[in-house]
Amino acid sequence: MPTVSMTVNGKSVSADVEPRTLLVQFLRENLGLTGTHVGCDTSQCGACVVHVDGRSTKACTMLAVQAEGKNVTTIEGLAKGDELHPMQEAFREHHGLQCGFCTPGMIMSAVELGMRNKEPTEEEVRHWLEGNICRCTGYHNIVKAIMAGARAMSA
Amino acid sequence: MTSESNVKWIGKNTIRPDGADKVTGRAAYAADATMPGMIWGKILRSPHPHARIRSIDTSKAEALPGVKAVMTSADFVEFPVDTPVPIGIQDMRWMSRNIMARDKVLFAGHPVAAVAATTEKIAEQALELIEVDYEVLPWVIDVEEAMKPDAPILHDHIRFEGKPSNIAGKLEHTLGDVEAGFAQADVVIERSFRTEPVHQGYIEPHACLVSVSDGKATVWSSSQGQFMVRGMCAHMTGLPQNDIRAIPAEIGGGFGGKTIVYLEPVALVLAMKSGRPVKMQMTREEVFRATGPTSGSVSKVKIGATKDGKIVAAEGTWWLQAGALPGAPIRGPVGCGFAPYDIPNVHTLGFDVVCNRSKVAAYRAPGSPIGAYAVECVMDEVAEALGIDPLELRLRNAAKEGTKAAYGPVFPRIGYEETVRAAMEHPHYRAPLGPNQGRGVASGYWFNAGGESSAQVNINEDGSVVVITGHPDIGGSRASTANITAELLGIDYRKVSVLIGDTSVIGFSNLTGGSRVTYASAMAVTESTREVINTLKARAAKIWGIDPEAVIWENGEARPAGENAGNFEPLTLAEIAAKANSTGGPIGAGKQLNAVGAEGGFGTHICDVEVDRELGIARVVRYTAFQDVGRAIHPAYVEGQIQGGAAQGIGWALNEEYIYDKNGKLDNASFLDYRMPVCSDLPMIEAVIIEVPNPKHPQGVRGVGEVPIVPPLAAVANAIYNALGIRFYSLPMSPPKILAALEQTERLAAE
Repeated sequence: MPTVSMTVNGKSVSADVEPRTLLVQFLRENLGLTGTHVGCDTSQCGACVVHVDGRSTKACTMLAVQAEGKNVTTIEGLAKGDELHPMQEAFREHHGLQCGFCTPGMIMSAVELGMRNKEPTEEEVRHWLEGNICRCTGYHNIVKAIMAGARAMSA
Repeated sequence: MTSESNVKWIGKNTIRPDGADKVTGRAAYAADATMPGMIWGKILRSPHPHARIRSIDTSKAEALPGVKAVMTSADFVEFPVDTPVPIGIQDMRWMSRNIMARDKVLFAGHPVAAVAATTEKIAEQALELIEVDYEVLPWVIDVEEAMKPDAPILHDHIRFEGKPSNIAGKLEHTLGDVEAGFAQADVVIERSFRTEPVHQGYIEPHACLVSVSDGKATVWSSSQGQFMVRGMCAHMTGLPQNDIRAIPAEIGGGFGGKTIVYLEPVALVLAMKSGRPVKMQMTREEVFRATGPTSGSVSKVKIGATKDGKIVAAEGTWWLQAGALPGAPIRGPVGCGFAPYDIPNVHTLGFDVVCNRSKVAAYRAPGSPIGAYAVECVMDEVAEALGIDPLELRLRNAAKEGTKAAYGPVFPRIGYEETVRAAMEHPHYRAPLGPNQGRGVASGYWFNAGGESSAQVNINEDGSVVVITGHPDIGGSRASTANITAELLGIDYRKVSVLIGDTSVIGFSNLTGGSRVTYASAMAVTESTREVINTLKARAAKIWGIDPEAVIWENGEARPAGENAGNFEPLTLAEIAAKANSTGGPIGAGKQLNAVGAEGGFGTHICDVEVDRELGIARVVRYTAFQDVGRAIHPAYVEGQIQGGAAQGIGWALNEEYIYDKNGKLDNASFLDYRMPVCSDLPMIEAVIIEVPNPKHPQGVRGVGEVPIVPPLAAVANAIYNALGIRFYSLPMSPPKILAALEQTERLAAE
């Protein structure tokens, strides 16, 4: 079994994994980071989005060995201690979630949008989120949360 | 009811107590649980839509290193088909056969055996070693095909009108005399409709972890009812209920689809056989093939009205796919279809038709969207034929207090008319439309439900409060329960923690379903809290040495009722709590009840679509939903329910459908090919809350969550008609269908 090493949420981790282990499996099963969710088998739902070297990435479309040497951030690594990331705070504040299952992936996607675009329009947010499915909210409050969260990130 | 002037928390958009856990990844869903020594369970599923199982040989699988247990339906309790075993609205005869096939497989994806092994990979390999000898049988999926005289029969014991049949049940409601009614009509319109099965589409696939130790089982799973999980596991295994502890994980969406079990009893047997904790999780493909969906249908609706716009007769027949085992939601269309209207002569009829497809599970207002789709499309045609505005037609015929519904009740005070008036007065209804745009309206109804609920309210030593209820929170019920408890006690809602108890810590509570939780749970919580307040008053009386009757509770404090009662400084809840032990012991109360009086809910929606004539894509560009919710305990979550329900309805109308290949196998079992709305498919959905309090509830609550999925199917269809001048009588109105209709119209115009 190959050994894979990477930085996850600021910590160096290393483990022997089967070559076919997906990054999401590595995060959930090897590291116990269960905030990254699996909702589908075909990379549509986006519940597994994490950041790999700062880019939002579906952790189900990447092998763990492909993340060798990379810097991975999961939803668990976003807050600074008890202080929520502005995008997390925006989702909580603007009721941008119901069941919460899609939320970690939504937030990780939205954080990258916020880094690229300080004031995304409603249309830009909707287009950006095409790879993240929510079945509870009709997206209404998610869009509002992201527009507010992106502003808060640049404040 | 709390007087309006004092209201502090009811109606406030408090921050949800589960919010922080959900935005940080700490919330623990079913698949997040692990245990030392845990092994993995996998299910072998039928490749055939219909076949007799001649034999199953598991010996090779059992011999594979790493395999710890193999099971078939022989390891479950058998329920003979001639003896009903009801559990809630389900019947274990059918549930047991859905969980694992006995003599026959009834759909492609039907479980036939299961394996537990040290890794998922070994479990998958072991499945391939199980040898099943099938006698392949003819199959039928389409509801009309299933009713033909020469159709393959799924169940030998089902008879209809004396003959073997796939029609497993019938429901009929009659009011007045429809024939006489239609004779008075100036306009009669009759149309036939078709809908395809659609899936609930919760993002969290089913998952569970089960461990058994010393004959006692712990089931950790994601469901809409831990007591349902316990009950079904007990039935399937014969274990007594006290030996099963069902712990509700955070649930990643359900929409009705998690009101029954698929994996838990299987994992339980595998855990019993292996002596190891067993974890099971479905793939999305398994979710599509073997869980949910709701029925596909065909229907026929006829409405007759006089020239002045009075509906005098209405008739509707719905044939609904049950899937492999009986239980299609015929009550929905048959009861709800015409419920928004005061019609003197009504006849509705529904048929429960089995076919070789996964057994239906509840889906948000089960069956009612199918009913409203047909009724509200015909209403649109009636309005057009009479030259009356479609909302005006609805207003003239609106059900109101005193209206007798065809399904039985005489309505008390209801808010349907208010939803129509609000829609007529809303700027959306008069906003100009652009090219290729059209506007449609539709209404809808759902019964709502009461039922069994238990609650425990405990006052902590520091004056904070813990509330335990027995319903998984799928729509924000912890927040609404905290609002209500804080309101009644007169304390800050942040002092109230609401927990969902497992089956060993709280009394029986029925499923989270039927839009019943905030309604019924609030009643149990209210009664518990009122008893707590009585205790708090008694303790204050004891401290003051006066009669408890001379104490009132106000703004979180005990006060003497008046000057005659004595002159004492008020005692806060925290002060009384601190003295609890010296005044009589811990303070708390638990109530259990069977809630009645869940009055129905009505909604009216306005939808604008824009159709791309080249691609055939109908896009919803503006949407406004009006709903009578009784009382909005937490308005943001009420709006969230309305927005989410409307979005699901829009998906049902435009894109979602189960597609089968020529071998009777589902051809689109993934989110890639089963097209649910994504963010760029939808506009902002404006939810307009109307509050006509339910007189039978302490806070005036009606159910909220289900009504909003009822009107969209017809609202979208009527909007597309107004954009294109073409009426569609089948769903989904997907691009190929719209394109074909546009091309046909052009061809006819050219000829």
